Amino acid sequence: MSPRVRALAGFGITAVLLFAVAPLLLGDFRLGLLAKYLCFAIVAVGIGLAWGRGGMLALGQGVFFGLGGYAMAMHLKLADAGPGNLPDFMTLYGQLDALPWWWVPFQNPIFALLATVLLPMTVALLLGLLIFRRRVRGAYFAILSQALAAAFAILLIGQQGTTGGTNGLTDIRGFFGYDLNDPVNRRMIYFIVAVALLAMLGITWQLMRSRYGELLVAVRDGEERVRFLGYDPANVKLVAYVVAAGMAGLAGALFVPAVGIISPALIGVVPSIEFVIGVAVGGRASLAGPALGAIAVAWAKTALSERVPSAWTYFEGLLFVLPIVFLPGGIASLVSLVRRRRAAAPPPAVDQRPPLVREGAA
Amino acid sequence: MFRNRGRRLATVIVSLGTVAALTACGAKTADSAAAPAGGGAVVDTSGASVKIGLLNSLSGTMAISEVTVRDAIQLAVEEINAAGGVLGKQLTPVSEDGASDWPTFAEKAQKLISQDKVAAVFGCWTSSSRKAVKPVFEKNKALLFYPVQYEGLEQSPYIFYTGATTNQQIVPALDYLKSAGKTSVYLVGSDYVFPRTANKIIKAYAAANGMKVLGEDYAPLGSTEFSTIVNKVKASGASAVFNTLNGDSNVAFFKEYKSSGLTAESMPVVSVSIAEEEVKSIGTQYLAGQLTAWNYYQTTEGAANDKFVKAYKAKYGADKPTSDPMEAAYTSVYLWKAMAEKAGSFEIEKVKAAASAGGITYEAPEGLVTVDGATQHVFKTARIGKIGSDGLIEEVWNSGEPVKPDPYLKSYSWATGLS
Repeated sequence: MSPRVRALAGFGITAVLLFAVAPLLLGDFRLGLLAKYLCFAIVAVGIGLAWGRGGMLALGQGVFFGLGGYAMAMHLKLADAGPGNLPDFMTLYGQLDALPWWWVPFQNPIFALLATVLLPMTVALLLGLLIFRRRVRGAYFAILSQALAAAFAILLIGQQGTTGGTNGLTDIRGFFGYDLNDPVNRRMIYFIVAVALLAMLGITWQLMRSRYGELLVAVRDGEERVRFLGYDPANVKLVAYVVAAGMAGLAGALFVPAVGIISPALIGVVPSIEFVIGVAVGGRASLAGPALGAIAVAWAKTALSERVPSAWTYFEGLLFVLPIVFLPGGIASLVSLVRRRRAAAPPPAVDQRPPLVREGAA
Repeated sequence: MFRNRGRRLATVIVSLGTVAALTACGAKTADSAAAPAGGGAVVDTSGASVKIGLLNSLSGTMAISEVTVRDAIQLAVEEINAAGGVLGKQLTPVSEDGASDWPTFAEKAQKLISQDKVAAVFGCWTSSSRKAVKPVFEKNKALLFYPVQYEGLEQSPYIFYTGATTNQQIVPALDYLKSAGKTSVYLVGSDYVFPRTANKIIKAYAAANGMKVLGEDYAPLGSTEFSTIVNKVKASGASAVFNTLNGDSNVAFFKEYKSSGLTAESMPVVSVSIAEEEVKSIGTQYLAGQLTAWNYYQTTEGAANDKFVKAYKAKYGADKPTSDPMEAAYTSVYLWKAMAEKAGSFEIEKVKAAASAGGITYEAPEGLVTVDGATQHVFKTARIGKIGSDGLIEEVWNSGEPVKPDPYLKSYSWATGLS
C-alpha cells in the first residue's frame, strides 16, 4: 500500500513543481529551456524502460527522436509556407517545382500528428522483429542501434534539397495556427510538454508494475529461463522497445515547437549517446531516475557552458564519470542508499540489482 | 483501490493541462502580421558600459577555427575600449560557447539577447549555425554580425554579413581559372550546405562559360578517406580542382593528392576554406603552390593590416597567423561602431537605419570596406593567393576594386535559375 501512496505523492509533487512552481519562478527564457529539458526527459523515460528494465542498451534513440521531430517540423514548415507554396529551403537548395511525394501527406495535420508517434513505433517494430527474433542482444544490439543513428543522420545530410541537409528544418514560426513568437504561446508549449512527460511517466509506471513489467525484468535477468517457462522473450522485449521509440518520437515532435529547430545534429551518434548518459546518471532501473538524470544533465550543460564557456566540456565529462564510478545506481539510488544507512543494516552482499528493481517498482 | 487512484490521477493531470492550455492562449499566426509580438530586443545602456555578445564554438569540431575569430573580436573590443569606447561607453564582451551544435547556437543567441541585453552579437561560422540563429535574431529584432564567407542566397534584415558572398569569392576564383586557360574542373567538397550550394553555382558558371565539370564528389564532414576520390580526380584529367572541403578532411585529401603524384603545376587545387590557420595545420609540404580564394591574407599590403597583424601577434603570440574570417570579424566590430556612432544610439532600429542610409566605411586591414545598405553585405576586394612554402599566402591576382555584394547573383545572367 505505502509504495502506491508514495508514487501518487511523487506524481502530485512533480505536477505541482511543473505546473505551478516552475512557471512562477522562471522567466520566459528559462522556462523555454526547461521545456527542452523535459523533451529529453521523455526520451529518457523510454530508455529507462528499454534499458533499465529490459536490458536493451538503446544507443540509437536519436533515430526515433528525429523521425518524430522531422514529422512534426515538416508539417509546421508546410503550414508556415501556406497552401501551394514550398518551404523556403526547398527553393533555395533543391530548386524543386513540386513538393516531393513523401512530403505530401504531411500537409494533413492529423496525419502528421499521428506520424510523430506511429512512424517511430512502426520502424522500431520492424527493426525489433528482425533483431529480437534473431536473438541479437548485448553489445551487438547497442552497436546495431548506433549504426542506425549514424546512417539516418548521413541520409538526411545528403538530401539537402528535400530535408534541409545539415541545416535541418529551421525557422519554424507557427504551431497549428498559434504564433511561436508570442511568449504566451511558448508558455503553452511548455505546459503541453509537461503534461506529456507526466503522461509518459504514468504509462511507464503502469507498465512497470503490471505482470508485463515483471516479465520484462525477468527477460533482462534470465532470458533463457523465461523462454523455458513458455514465454517468447522476443515479444516481451519488442513491446518495451516500441514503447520507448514512441516516447522518443513524441519528445522529438514536442522539441520542434519548443526549440524551433530539428537537424541531423540532434539525431546522430553523439546525441543518441547523450540521451543514454542522462539515464545512466539518473539511475536506469527506476521510474523517476532517467527523467531526473536527463533534466540534470541538460541543465548542467547549459549552466556550465554559461559560467565557463571555454572549459565547460571538461566539467561535463567529470559529471558523467563521477556518478557512474561512485553511484552505479544513479541519482535515484541515493534515496535507498540513505535509507539503508539510516536503518544501519548491512548492505546486501550480492549485487545491486534486486533492491533497485523493487525500489523502482514501487 | 489502485484503479480509482489511477483514474483520479489521470483526471487531475488532464484537467491541469486543460486549464493551463486554456489560460495560455496567445496570438494566432494570422494576428502577428498586424501587430508583431513584442517590441524587439531591448539594449541595456543603463551602466557605464554596454554589453556585446560573442557567439563562437569554443568546443567541438569547429572550435579550432572559431576560437581565432573570437580572439580577433576581443582584440577589436580592447582597441575600441582603449580609444574611449563607443558613444562614451566601454564595451563589455559576453562570450558564449555554441559548442559546434546548431540548437545550442540558437539557445545561446536567445540568452545573449534576453538575459544579457546585448547591443549586438558577433560570431557564428558554419551556415548551419547561422540558419539556426537567424530566426532568433529576427524574432527578437536583434543584430548579428556574421564574419565568414558563405554560400549567399540569404539577406536577413537583422544580420550584417561581413564575409564574402559568392560573387566576391567563388565567381572571381572561376574568372581567374578561366583567364588562366583552365577549361575543365573537378569539384570536391564536404557534404554540407556550403559546398553543395557553391558547386551548384560553379556548374551554372561552367555551363555558361564553356568550362567542363568532370566530376563532383562529397565526403562526409570529418572524413579522412580520400583514395577513391583522388583516383577519380586523377583519372578525370581535369585542368583544375575546386576544393570546398572543410577542416580535417583537407589534411587527408592533400596528403593523398601529393602521394598520387598530382602537383600544383599539373593540376592546381583552388580552395575556398583554407586560410593561414589551416595551412599551418595541414602542412606546407602538401600545400605549397596551391591556390586559395579569399578577400584578405596576412600578407595583404597596407598600413591598416600592418597594425592589425602586429597587434594580434603582440596579444596572442608571434606564431599565430591572421586570416580572412578573423579579419572580417575584427572589421565587423568597427563597422558596428561606425553605425552606432552615426546613429548616435545603440538602439537596434536606429543602428540599422544608419547602415541602410549608406556611407558606413572603415579602413580595414583588407582595404577600404563599405557596407551596402541595401543588402547589409560589404563591398570586398576578391584576392587569389598562392600558398608559399613558409605557410603564408601571397596574392597573385585581385579584382582591382571592391566588388559589390550580390548575394542572389541577380546581376549574372547565367545564374538566373539558381535562386
